[in-house]
Amino acid sequence: MASDVLVVAERSGGQFGDITFELLGKAKEIASALGGKAGVVLLGDTSGVDALGAADVVYTIDDPSLSNYNPEATEASLIGLLRQVEPRLLLMGTSTYGLDWGGALSVAWDAQLASYVVGLSLEGSDIIATSQLYGGKLFAEAVLDGERGIVTAIGGSFPAEAGRTGGSPEIVATSATASAGKVTFGAIKEPDKSGVDITSADLLVSVGRGIGSQDNLELVQELADALGSPLSASRPIIDQGWLPKPQQVGKSGQKVKPKAYLSFGISGAPEHLEGMRNADLIISCNTDENAPIFDVAHYGTTVDLFDLVPELAEKLGQ
Amino acid sequence: MRIVVAMRQLADLVEELEVDDSGTDIDREFVKFVSNEWDEAALEEALLIKEQSGAEIVAVALDEPDVDQTLYTAIAKGADKAVKLTGLEEGWVSTHSRAKAIASWLGDQQWDLLLTGVQAADDLDGQLAGILAAQLQVPHAAVVVSAQTEGSSVKVSQELGGGTIVEETIALPAVLGIQTARQAPRYAPITRIRQAMQSGGLEEASVAGDLAEGRPTVRRLYPPEKTGHAEMLTGSASDVADKIIELLRAKGLVKS
Ligand SMILES: Cc1cc2nc3c(=O)[nH]c(=O)nc-3n(C[C@H](O)[C@H](O)[C@H](O)COP(=O)(O)OP(=O)(O)OC[C@H]3O[C@@H](n4cnc5c(N)ncnc54)[C@H](O)[C@@H]3O)c2cc1C
Ligand SMILES: Nc1ncnc2c1ncn2[C@@H]1O[C@H](COP(=O)(O)O)[C@@H](O)[C@H]1O
Repeated sequence: MASDVLVVAERSGGQFGDITFELLGKAKEIASALGGKAGVVLLGDTSGVDALGAADVVYTIDDPSLSNYNPEATEASLIGLLRQVEPRLLLMGTSTYGLDWGGALSVAWDAQLASYVVGLSLEGSDIIATSQLYGGKLFAEAVLDGERGIVTAIGGSFPAEAGRTGGSPEIVATSATASAGKVTFGAIKEPDKSGVDITSADLLVSVGRGIGSQDNLELVQELADALGSPLSASRPIIDQGWLPKPQQVGKSGQKVKPKAYLSFGISGAPEHLEGMRNADLIISCNTDENAPIFDVAHYGTTVDLFDLVPELAEKLGQ
Repeated sequence: MRIVVAMRQLADLVEELEVDDSGTDIDREFVKFVSNEWDEAALEEALLIKEQSGAEIVAVALDEPDVDQTLYTAIAKGADKAVKLTGLEEGWVSTHSRAKAIASWLGDQQWDLLLTGVQAADDLDGQLAGILAAQLQVPHAAVVVSAQTEGSSVKVSQELGGGTIVEETIALPAVLGIQTARQAPRYAPITRIRQAMQSGGLEEASVAGDLAEGRPTVRRLYPPEKTGHAEMLTGSASDVADKIIELLRAKGLVKS
């Protein structure tokens, strides 16, 4: 049976995200237990390859078709490489990469896929993946059946240090596989960085869908003003257009690490936690005692935010 | 232009979710089922396309608890037709199986663009858009925040991490996983939903498949252990406010 484990490297702005090193650490652990190699796939130009010293082998596919984000071109080349290398496991993040390519690869490569993975281990020759489902409320422990598998993991689930060790991997240059050419790259647009900077604040007052309506935002804004802190929010608040995008905390927003993070009406979906779980002090208000936010918060309360926020604002305003 | 919007029902996450006796699925008996929020974004994007450049919209969903409500609401919002796919057992349908059912129904249809939500909260074996597209052998994109048709192609914006956007043009037919529509999903007036219900008109089509096909074998479903659980602050709102201010003061974040 195949014994190699491959990781798809994620780069943005030329830098590898932590997820690449987290997955590489895991790949080393599993590949060495299986007696195989931990490999990294580097799509597009080969800059940064030196950072991948922890790998046994780096497969580069340096092709113009991959220099810009393009799901079709990438999948074609990844499938080509998978058929050539035939690893036991392919690891990606549950980022846009994993959400975009994971399912299609599972069909084309005929491999089972586990997504939202936060735990991965080997039992005998079985791959066991633990996935975080239902917005973080339930975990599913599952066995990947068959001779090959794909795992997309949630960022922050494994230690990145394990994938940052030095070494001199074998570099294998491979060529791209042509795609049907139905997806054409247009442009890349960087996020708007103007406006409120929530990443440098010592304290954040953060609000989620529990606030109910745009009019109610005034309440938390008053509290934020009383504390002299910016207001941040979960994604639904931004998607409604109630606050600007730079104020979004999470996977597709800003990663923040304030001295204190005060959240109101945020459930604690994995995508939100990715952006704030490292705050020094997390205090969360949510009327649902089973809300996953309480698993990462240091202090919590199930008092209704509409009772608590005015109390806080009033006491602080005095 | 014919746009298919694939929608689905899902346990409401605000409710308490219990694991059933098998230990591998939620107890479906008492939970409330609601429409998947990302599918609602997909429907909204389809409605925007229809308003801008004209299109016929067909909403399709597997027969799951309270799905009629979701489909009639889609009609009330402006979908031209709604189809319920029947024949699958009730339970936790794998994404691969869901995709296969939709693909088999699509086989007899004429369609140009299929929109669905980027994810659903019980997607263990991956997300629908990519799986369905690969089964149909058509192009796809996920985490889409804007889709606008132009002749026989669609211009999409996909969101990469941290808010970076990539724009692409995709030849139709194509499948898109919608993260956010260009505007927040509209509300359907209750009278219009009632009207849609009274005129009936949900079509049904039968499909086949195994619930768990293509999904890793779940051996345990469980709530996370409460090891890292927050210390809970109790008492009146005023008591809790005092405690929070104390905590912030200890960090030097509240003056005086
Ligand atoms: C690719 C992708 C990227 C994403 N990126 C992000 C991201 O960057 N950031 C992000 O936040 N999300 C992101 N999401 C969305 C994420 O999955 C969740 O949908 C979102 O975080 C939920 O926001 P919420 O907690 O505000 O809402 P909900 O999950 O609806 O939670 C609202 C909470 O408010 C509580 N509540 C209700 N009323 C009250 C009251 N009166 N007092 C106190 N509590 C109350 C409820 O109990 C509930 O727990 C992403 C999703 C995807 C698919
Ligand atoms: N990758 C993860 N994403 C979100 N929550 C997690 C993850 N891993 C563990 N948890 C939950 O977070 C709690 C605190 O984890 P810790 O960061 O180790 O203190 C645990 O009890 C789990 O319920």
